[in-house]
Amino acid sequence: MTDATFIPADRPFVRAAMLAPEPPPAAVAGFSGWARANLFSGPFNTLLTLVCAAGAAYVAWVLVDFMALRAVWTGANREACVAPGTGACWPFITARFGQLLYGFYPADQHWRPAAVFFVAVALIAPLLIPSAPHKKLNALLFFVAFPIFAFVMLRGGLFGLRPVETRAWGGLLVTLVVATTGIVASLPLGVLLALGRRSKLPLIRFLSIAFIEFWRGVPLITVLFFATYMLPLFLPSGWTIDGLLRALVGVALFSAAYMAEVVRGGLQAIPKGQYEGAQALGLRYWPMMLLIVLPQALKLVIPGIVNTFIGLFKDTTLVAIVSIFDFLGIIRAGFADPNWATPVTVYTGFAFAGVVYFIFCYGMSRYSRFVEERLDTGHKR
Amino acid sequence: MKQFLTALALGASAVFASGAAQAATLDQVKQKGFVQCGVSTGLPGFSNPDEKGEWTGLDVDLCRAVAAAIFDDPAKVRFTPLTAKDRFTALQSGEIDVLSRNSTWTSSRDATQGLNFTATNYYDGQGFLVRKELGVKSAMELNGASVCTQSGTTTELNVADFFRTNNLQYEVVAFQGQEETLKAYESGRCEVFTSDQSQLYALRLKLANKDDHIVLPELISKEPLATAVRQGDDQWFDVVKWVHYAMLNAEEAGVTSKNVQEMLNSPNPDIRRMLGVEGNFGEQLGLTKDWVARIVSKVGNYGEAFDRNVGAGSPLQIERGKNALWTKGGLQYGPPIR
Repeated sequence: MTDATFIPADRPFVRAAMLAPEPPPAAVAGFSGWARANLFSGPFNTLLTLVCAAGAAYVAWVLVDFMALRAVWTGANREACVAPGTGACWPFITARFGQLLYGFYPADQHWRPAAVFFVAVALIAPLLIPSAPHKKLNALLFFVAFPIFAFVMLRGGLFGLRPVETRAWGGLLVTLVVATTGIVASLPLGVLLALGRRSKLPLIRFLSIAFIEFWRGVPLITVLFFATYMLPLFLPSGWTIDGLLRALVGVALFSAAYMAEVVRGGLQAIPKGQYEGAQALGLRYWPMMLLIVLPQALKLVIPGIVNTFIGLFKDTTLVAIVSIFDFLGIIRAGFADPNWATPVTVYTGFAFAGVVYFIFCYGMSRYSRFVEERLDTGHKR
Repeated sequence: MKQFLTALALGASAVFASGAAQAATLDQVKQKGFVQCGVSTGLPGFSNPDEKGEWTGLDVDLCRAVAAAIFDDPAKVRFTPLTAKDRFTALQSGEIDVLSRNSTWTSSRDATQGLNFTATNYYDGQGFLVRKELGVKSAMELNGASVCTQSGTTTELNVADFFRTNNLQYEVVAFQGQEETLKAYESGRCEVFTSDQSQLYALRLKLANKDDHIVLPELISKEPLATAVRQGDDQWFDVVKWVHYAMLNAEEAGVTSKNVQEMLNSPNPDIRRMLGVEGNFGEQLGLTKDWVARIVSKVGNYGEAFDRNVGAGSPLQIERGKNALWTKGGLQYGPPIR
């Protein structure tokens, strides 16, 4: 106190302004601070970091080396890729690119699935961006108008479009059709089943439980196999159901059962007070569920829902066993072409498939993170 | 599981015997306007989609020949790719009309799977792949060799039998998968790689220098790859069987897709009968008089199909071997058309 009031005559300095705040010491701030705290906080962690970094660098090097540095980019047939030490054989992919996207869809009609794809992107993108306007119209277009548009465009037979049977569909087109249908159909079905399973009406509860347990109890392969090869035996002769449709229905019902259990997990986490509060406000069953319970329950289980979606996306490869060539199936069929049989064909094909599947699955995963953070009000830990 | 499904299929087809299974397949095919053909999901040279998405291969060409004989149009086929597990069920259930999917003709399949094998499209068998630099020309010179094989398969048992019967020393190096086994052979873990011969030719394309390896001529097992149809429809059975024989007879008589029009004027009575200039042998089968001419002009004879898909004209370069005509020392023999 005395120091502050009494200033000796030989030291006339008085600070007039506050000192600028110093940056935190290098040891705790910036990248080096972060690295020190998280990667090198002790001898054991330092060792782990170095080992993992070396492993990651090695894998990255192997991938880059195979997929880019030693890769062959142009060529007309297997001769281009048979030299020893060759990396990825990309001409195998480029020569079949149309087939990988559209399967056996007639080449002069490729614009049709392409148009469907672009319209789908144009409708989904604003639906996924929260700030984009006209959500209701957008949703109506995507969930009602788009399926009809896509069906007419892909299947043909109307408006002068040449009919293309579903057995000619293939590649990424089939993967996306099966995955999208499964995803779009399984969520509402799953919600209904989950509510049904918790219903107080015994008949509805029993039917929901029976449905869920039946579809969860059989493997997807059996479902697809049965739908494709057993069903014709039980139908009157002359009756056929489109092969892709059978697979679509199978996949949708199968994933709905899984979705129902995920949603039920969310419903069970909602405290009883929420239901009672809603009832005290005079809300009946559906307003209570739609306005109070489901918004909270679904928000809780976003990771589980997206998990099911990603699993479903990858499970679409199983349609290959019922003679539908999805994206992976058409790549594998390409391996059998003697004109492209080389030591690296198989690795090239699988590397390409891996990259494509990763892009889709990681995209879904990132979007779910975004939605979780956006809706995370009041539960942040 | 597989047995269960097959049993279920058989039982169900017995129940619905009045339905699809017994209606005349040929009439059904004519009515719907195409042949539904079961092929593999991809076997080099036998059935695989090419870059344009067209199915090609020796098995595929048999189906195209059936379509050519019935409709005069080899494109009137729909291909159903089948895995080894569901091929017989698909035939049983009526999902396909012809199974042309490198299936080995065995007594148990003939007896219990509700199908009839029509004819052997390709005589396969287990063979050996060796490095050319070893200078081995015959399997009998393989004394003391180390053999790479897939563990737990009949391939492994066949090798044991072969070496024991011929009093040769050998050492087995067994691996789980085919790719793994091939890698082991390529890296020099063993001197001999064994599998079915048609497979060896296909796998050889996956080796870095395919010309450094040769397939030895011996077959040590019988794997007749045959076409099959549903049991209980003899007319359809005859049609599919005779389409194959027609292709063989055409090759034997020297009728090719290029000279078939000139051959219509040939004085040779065999050729005149075959091409329908004389007699009505096609009509007896439920087809048309010119059925062989249709097959040969649209698909070619057996030799042409072989060369194009698996033989000298393809990357596989399979020798005719046992699949040569009987006149050239092979086993392919077409009974006469008359």
